[in-house]
Amino acid sequence: MGGSSPCASCKLLRRRCAKDCIFAPYFPSDDPHKFAIVHRVFGASNVSKMLQELPVQQRADAVNSLVYEANARVRDPVYGCVGAISYLENQVSQLQMQLAVAQTEMLCIRMQQESALPMPMPTQMQQDDKSFLAATNNLDNISQYLNFASSSSSSNVIQDPSALKRESLWT
Amino acid sequence: MNPGRCAACRYLRRRCPPDCIFSPYFPPNNPQRFASIHRIYGASNVAKLLQQLPSHLRTQAADSLYLEAQYRIEDPVYGCVGLISLLQQQIHDVERQLAMTQAEIAFRARHPQAVESNLLNNVGNPSFSNQASSWFM
Repeated sequence: MGGSSPCASCKLLRRRCAKDCIFAPYFPSDDPHKFAIVHRVFGASNVSKMLQELPVQQRADAVNSLVYEANARVRDPVYGCVGAISYLENQVSQLQMQLAVAQTEMLCIRMQQESALPMPMPTQMQQDDKSFLAATNNLDNISQYLNFASSSSSSNVIQDPSALKRESLWT
Repeated sequence: MNPGRCAACRYLRRRCPPDCIFSPYFPPNNPQRFASIHRIYGASNVAKLLQQLPSHLRTQAADSLYLEAQYRIEDPVYGCVGLISLLQQQIHDVERQLAMTQAEIAFRARHPQAVESNLLNNVGNPSFSNQASSWFM
């Protein structure tokens, strides 16, 4: 050990903290709660196996995500992180509906304002006639927007795990 | 060998007692469900967690543990936290778009003449759309 204090994991597990202790870089002795909560939810041997299977440069992020999940599970023993995912998916759904409604309103305002314009100069007549007709035909687009807004529903929490994107919460 | 053992007791190679904590939630026809949970959480942690919950909540707990275990197996670095991060980013993006759209609506409602005169002066001008969007930044 060379005189240095054992890491939080080895303190909790009451064992000698080896020089190459897999936990030591990520569970310093000044934060005992961090390992305690991970050990409570996942167990020390499972965490050790998970870390050993990862390249060194990914272990810090893995530990942080395990701590996050463990905290979520302790706060909500029934749903854990899945409760947070469900809540966030609902929020995304609601915001997308609000955005669709706002964009529809925007389209209506634009059409009103563009249809109130005086007739364009003769040289530009053909081009602007086409735009005017396109704007008028946008009434169909409005109903499509409204259909989208009313039909969008919150997605199922049971997502395909292979669609996960790697994002870091702590960079 | 007891043919009626639950998936957990089969996996753990033990007798499945009548009051087995796992058996209502890990039927023998889905061995992979318990295998995933065992790989991430371990049998004793799952047993403790389920025992601490009232029985009417244990099914949901087992389901959520299985889902999180699947995410962790699929993504050993971030697990389901990767999805949480993605959703938070999506919320941020949609909120920003919504704020911009609402600001444009408010501007157009208050300044229809300004929008109209700009349209008259700038139809066909490719830089107009940049100018219009800069009003709302």
